[in-house]
Amino acid sequence: MEIKTKQFKKAAAATIANPELQSRLRNLYDGFYKARDRAVDATPNWDELSDKGRAIKAHTIQHLGHYLEMAEASVIKAGGKVYFAKDAEAANKYVLDLARSRGVRSAIKSKSMISEEMGLNQRLEEAGIEAVETDLGEYLIQLKGETPYHIIAPAIHMSKADAASVLQAQSDVPIGDSIEEMAGAARVQLREKFVVADMGITGVNFLVAETGTVVLVTNEGNGRMSTSMPPIHVAIMGMEKVVPSMEDLGTMLRLLVRSATGQRLSSYVTTVTGPRRESDVDGPSEFHLVIVDNGRSKMLADPEMREALYCLRCGACLNACPVYRKVGGHAYGWVYSGPIGAVVSPMLTSLPEAKDLPHASSLCGACRETCPVKIDIPRMLLHMRSELAEGRVDPQAKSVPLMERLSMKAWRMSVASPMMLRISNRVGRLLQIPLARAGRINKLPPPLSGWTRHRTFPVLAKRPFRDRWKEINLGDQERGE
Amino acid sequence: MDMTPPAKQSVRSTASLFVTCVVDQFYPEVGESTVRLLRRLGVELDFPEGQTCCGQPAFNSGFRSDAMPAARRFLETFKDSPQIVVPSGSCTAMIRVYYPELFQDDIETAQLAIEVGRKTFELSEFIVDQLGVTDLAAALPDRTQGQGQRVAYHPGCHLKRELGVVSQPLDLMDSLPEIELVPFEQSDVCCGFGGTFSVKYPEISGAMLGDKVAAVRDSGAGTLAACDATCLMQIGGGLERQSVPIRTAHLAQILDEATS
Repeated sequence: MEIKTKQFKKAAAATIANPELQSRLRNLYDGFYKARDRAVDATPNWDELSDKGRAIKAHTIQHLGHYLEMAEASVIKAGGKVYFAKDAEAANKYVLDLARSRGVRSAIKSKSMISEEMGLNQRLEEAGIEAVETDLGEYLIQLKGETPYHIIAPAIHMSKADAASVLQAQSDVPIGDSIEEMAGAARVQLREKFVVADMGITGVNFLVAETGTVVLVTNEGNGRMSTSMPPIHVAIMGMEKVVPSMEDLGTMLRLLVRSATGQRLSSYVTTVTGPRRESDVDGPSEFHLVIVDNGRSKMLADPEMREALYCLRCGACLNACPVYRKVGGHAYGWVYSGPIGAVVSPMLTSLPEAKDLPHASSLCGACRETCPVKIDIPRMLLHMRSELAEGRVDPQAKSVPLMERLSMKAWRMSVASPMMLRISNRVGRLLQIPLARAGRINKLPPPLSGWTRHRTFPVLAKRPFRDRWKEINLGDQERGE
Repeated sequence: MDMTPPAKQSVRSTASLFVTCVVDQFYPEVGESTVRLLRRLGVELDFPEGQTCCGQPAFNSGFRSDAMPAARRFLETFKDSPQIVVPSGSCTAMIRVYYPELFQDDIETAQLAIEVGRKTFELSEFIVDQLGVTDLAAALPDRTQGQGQRVAYHPGCHLKRELGVVSQPLDLMDSLPEIELVPFEQSDVCCGFGGTFSVKYPEISGAMLGDKVAAVRDSGAGTLAACDATCLMQIGGGLERQSVPIRTAHLAQILDEATS
């Protein structure tokens, strides 16, 4: 998928200037965010559950090689095939080769973020294989030629009218504009695809190592259709999705679904262990599991960033994030958006190219507070900022503008001692004379001009606190205390 | 300026004041209120002259080596203090939570940072958790009850999420009958300050501020209170720019006014 992380500022500004998008993004707070809050409040010992989930992820990631090998053996034992892909290219090639060798003409897909990462749909199209997304949101954005706006609600940015026109373009009969009629139309359109598809391609929410079971969490039933109707099922996953046991799966499911939508359980939880068995009346005759690295080893090897692999992709941090709720999903410029996107995208693409992502955060910590496995996203953003500022990813330190580096040196000097602070105060007060009106500054020069676009700035106090403090002390002594 | 010392009361605690660079340079009146309030509560305060800044601006921007001298200066200046009280959640979080991270490659300094961090407290948590005072009206029976006022409280993100200080400021204000706390929409959401974030991404920070200003305006409050001068700089600057006649005040000022 094309990487547009460099265009963050421009894309963010465009979203902020779009009142319709702003109102839809605002709804995330009262919608998903509050629903998650209610679900968490209704769960006894959420905090313990969350700690347990985090411990499971920490343990599994710590011993990732072991659990992936265990999972591989289990899948093979169940009659499936496993392919480890080092990158998106290798994963795409495996799926394409498989499709070609089986004469696949059409494939149905159930929502998968990793396939977005791989740009799989485009590759299938180029090979003359029709690939149709069957999650309603994904279907809409596929028809519109867009990328997911949100990890679990990919078409959250589209209005009802947008959706209606996109669906209408696929149909000769007029579709009404009620939600029911639109969903009905999509259902009819997708049914035809399900019936003829030669291959079902799905993502993976969890892979249970001890049994080799792939677990899918959906609300539309499309996951179950995609895993049961076509003769071949290909499941694709990032290598961090493995959990050791069925018991662990129980913990992770409780955390994931409540955090994602505020439900206690999603409408469907589909578990797939290998292809159909001899005694089964139907189901796919082939099952392939593609386990993708695509930069994840780099995260695994970095103790500062490893935590990002604990992510369940529930999307709760997006809903909680006041920056995401302003700039929207597309501004992040790649597959993943919001706070977790700001961590994962630079790691999986290029930090210098995506340097806006770790910086565009007020570090408010709402993401960490909402995360079901307590991923410390602010700490990782701070780490990436220091990697950029101190030239560890880019030796010429071009990642940070000269102006900013100079400002930091100036700041460093000004707070080097009380005397330097006094001198800086004097200089600052001289500089502010032409700017100050009635005790405030309405317009600052660049590079600080951005501040005064939205707010006034206070003037430096004529007598800083340190000068006043002496008087307080003197007063006390005079009073004989 | 009235700098009347406290009514005769025995010393119940001694502490050093780290006033923060923003209060020192821009809002000295917040520092004065902090001193008056704490003295009334029987705290013997000192002000170590060597203090400047905790180093947060550089640390948050990624310039850790630039943040270190300021952080070291803080630790040197305050290491012998029995307790340190800070009228800022954000600076307290920098010291208590992020100094050990900043000095992760320097075990000795990191150890010192942890020790100093343990005795560093944000103002409201110092009063409630260290002094054991929650009911100000009961603790200061000689005070003159002020005029009634409606106060909206903005919980600073670092105060709440890094330090876990949630109830202390609310309880202190709630203990004063003349203060009526008024809720407002999405009060738990960041005001958009974020230090250098507000300068580097003014459009995003400004959009976040826009929501905050609108919610505060609609709350019916006469005063917007917070425990961080920086949140107040942001929200106050936004209220002023939009000519919303709501004053901003640091918790120290609200409590100082109410206990004089």
